[in-house]
Amino acid sequence: MDKLIEVLQQLVNGVSLGSIYALIALGYTMVYGVLRFINFAHGDIYMLGAYSGFLLAPLFAHTFKFGEFDTFTPENTLFILSGAGLIMVLSMMICATIGVLIERIAYRPLRERPRLNVLITAIGVSLFLQNMTQYRLGADPKAFPQLIPVYVIEGLGNLTILTSQLAIIVATIILLIILRFVVMKTKIGLAMRALSFNPTACSIMGVNNDVVISFTFALGSALAAAAGILVSMDSPSINPLMGNLPGIKAFVAAVLGGIGNISGAALGGLIIGILETFVVAIGFPQWRDGIAFAVLIVILLFKPTGILGRVEREKV
Amino acid sequence: MSRSLLNLVFALVLCASISFFGENFIASNFAYYYDILISIGVNIILATSLNLVNGYTGQFSLGHAGFMAVGAYASASWSNHLDPIIFGIVNGSGNPVATNAAMFVSMLFAGAMAAIAGFAVGVPSLRLKGDYLAIVTLGFGEIIRVAILNLDFLGASRGLSVPGTYTNLFWTYGSVVLCIYVVLSLVHSTYGRGFLTVRDDEVAAEAMGINTTKYKVAAFVVAAFFAGVAGALYAHFKAFLTPEGFNFFRSVDVVVIVILGGMGSTIGVVFAAVLLTILPEALRGLAHTEFVPAAYQVLLENRLILYSLLLIILMLTRPQGLFGDGTAFKKWLGRSRAD
Amino acid sequence: MAGTLTGRLMESLLKLNNCTIRFGGLTAVSCFSMAIAKGELVGLIGPNGAGKTTVFNMVTGVYRPTEGEVLLAGERLNGLKPYAITGKGIARTFQNIRLFGSLTVFDNVRAAFNLHLKHGPIHALTRGKAFLNEEGAIEKRTLELLKIFNLERFRKAMCKSLPYGDQRRLEIVRALATEPKLLLLDEPAAGMTPTEKSNLMKLIEFVRETFDISVLLVEHDMRVVMGICHRIYVLDYGVQIAEGPPSEIRSDPRVIEAYLGEA
Repeated sequence: MDKLIEVLQQLVNGVSLGSIYALIALGYTMVYGVLRFINFAHGDIYMLGAYSGFLLAPLFAHTFKFGEFDTFTPENTLFILSGAGLIMVLSMMICATIGVLIERIAYRPLRERPRLNVLITAIGVSLFLQNMTQYRLGADPKAFPQLIPVYVIEGLGNLTILTSQLAIIVATIILLIILRFVVMKTKIGLAMRALSFNPTACSIMGVNNDVVISFTFALGSALAAAAGILVSMDSPSINPLMGNLPGIKAFVAAVLGGIGNISGAALGGLIIGILETFVVAIGFPQWRDGIAFAVLIVILLFKPTGILGRVEREKV
Repeated sequence: MSRSLLNLVFALVLCASISFFGENFIASNFAYYYDILISIGVNIILATSLNLVNGYTGQFSLGHAGFMAVGAYASASWSNHLDPIIFGIVNGSGNPVATNAAMFVSMLFAGAMAAIAGFAVGVPSLRLKGDYLAIVTLGFGEIIRVAILNLDFLGASRGLSVPGTYTNLFWTYGSVVLCIYVVLSLVHSTYGRGFLTVRDDEVAAEAMGINTTKYKVAAFVVAAFFAGVAGALYAHFKAFLTPEGFNFFRSVDVVVIVILGGMGSTIGVVFAAVLLTILPEALRGLAHTEFVPAAYQVLLENRLILYSLLLIILMLTRPQGLFGDGTAFKKWLGRSRAD
Repeated sequence: MAGTLTGRLMESLLKLNNCTIRFGGLTAVSCFSMAIAKGELVGLIGPNGAGKTTVFNMVTGVYRPTEGEVLLAGERLNGLKPYAITGKGIARTFQNIRLFGSLTVFDNVRAAFNLHLKHGPIHALTRGKAFLNEEGAIEKRTLELLKIFNLERFRKAMCKSLPYGDQRRLEIVRALATEPKLLLLDEPAAGMTPTEKSNLMKLIEFVRETFDISVLLVEHDMRVVMGICHRIYVLDYGVQIAEGPPSEIRSDPRVIEAYLGEA
């Protein structure tokens, strides 16, 4: 019985970690879908999301009494969630704007150039965001303000689940439902799918590709920002380099799921999260950062299209 | 002996005599510049070797620091364990012949280990192109770093001290000369044109009977070998190694040099290596003069902000780097383009 | 008739036996057989999307036939990598010119000598006498080839700076440098002016005779195909609908229907 609880426990930990990777992975996969390019700076948008929350929270700390509650009660729950939700939505909007600006300034002029040039630019953008954050806000870790009270949820027996973990999982589910609606049911979502299928045909049919691409960057960046806020609720120490590893792991998740495929990214994120948790749980904590790369190398060797990806051939 | 081989021997002899007559004088009177000189040499080796992969062969490796780490740790371990035995036989560590022989052997060992790592990375990476390859090589670099962090006999996160600082101007610039010679002789032969065809059009190259796989592996192995040699030089210069010294940003440093110099232009890359080694030092010096407001000091001291802007601006305005494929530079030198 | 056909197949250089290739559910080429004799100039025609280039890619190893076999002088080529097939003696040009963009005209041809190179990377470093002699010989041979095709004056130019027609010819020179037994030309007349096309026809005939090779030609331009080919295969929707000398093909009702649609 204890074993079962232990496995269940790790599964919950894995899903909450995997949700974060899934949210970031969606940005990689959507951008890859429309532009066939890996946005190397995407992990840093996640970092900027956390920093936006860090800078925004003090402005609303008084109104929403951040850090003043110890537990959720029926009376205060709605109040707390609306405060945290507001910070999250504002951060998402800020990062969406940053994402759009980056595409506009650094990537769009290179759209007809070799993909390598865009990749190098993306590395440049990534370094720039990290180091400018370091330069403006300091390289030392910052304590992220407490948006929601974090404690172990009672009444689950031996299972230890934190309110922050629950928040991550619930918020991710809500965001995924919204995303699915946007991509499948709206006109711009249809345009996104059309663009990833065939850009030329798409623009011939009267779609403004630039607008769709900007929208894709906005959407992906917003999700990454949400991940940044959510992760900071759970582990409230943020630093300018925090986007590096999760960024790469989320990329691996996107490739694992089949890059360009939205459901694949979510699935891949969960798998990587769970895998990582279990590697730690079975006694190899020092390899937790290596496992994602190992997975990446294995998929690329045996099934480069990922779990749900489709094959693309080079025309000769 | 062919003329290019004669030039190589001449250049090596030159390095040896500068080292023999000038080493102690420079090291004791201009210690700061001596350090920079060695760093420049190490960066030239790293960049010209990476240029074979990223420039001439058109692949994109982001894990060069990983191979450098393999070399550095290999040579350090070699010296830790085997130098005492060698010195026992040839009478003491004070004997310059013995120390130089030890350095040579440890460099060879470092290069060989890194080359094996290069082969291990090269073979599975062949099926990948562009951004995928970049991420996988980055991943390999990180795995190497994580592995070192977890290997106790390599000092793990405590770091590893290296006995004897044997790196000198001869070994550094001798390796620079050899590395440049190897890359240029390879590329400037009918065999070596194969690297360029892989870069230009793999499908067409295969159709011309060129085994693109072989070329990619060859490029990886040669580049890794020299990265390993650079690692050995670094190890026996710093005398202390930590895994953090070989992180992703170290790889980025080298990539920036190659891009600035112009992918596929050895002379441009050498120039860029010199420039980008000196520039952060010069800017750091400048930051503390009265001309620079205090608020901007940090900006000048942080080489990565400079590099990031350099990368973005270069890609937007001059993706071929400062020298392009080097033709302009060769014309400027007044030579014809015939190889 | 049957006797001569068998006789021809016996000495055929390239042979495709019932080759089928499928991509997912789509059958691009179905049960296609073909034979090319030594020294023969064979055309492969068909409307857009008929599977001509797919046949090319199957022969050159870019794609692998799902069923059937490809034989060169009796040797099975199925599953060999493109470079290995070139090594066996099949060279090609591309529909959309694929020269080595960063190389000079000279180096484009020189690079193709890689295939029969005796020296390797180590020799390139030691630069011994044998190495230098071979490099000298390759240089000489490259210049000879360029001279034959009147491209010698461009040898130091970047290949992309050449006029379109010359780029096409350079591709042929490059393919010849691999010393093929069979040369595959993929729409060599595409984008050429009528004068250039006439010159091209002479050139192909010249190449076939001078280098003593067989040629397989995929081409849209009927005047070119009918003008020089000894025999023609016609594909439509991945299936062979006719085979024979130009005179027969010209008047074959199935071919006319395939090209003009049901009238």
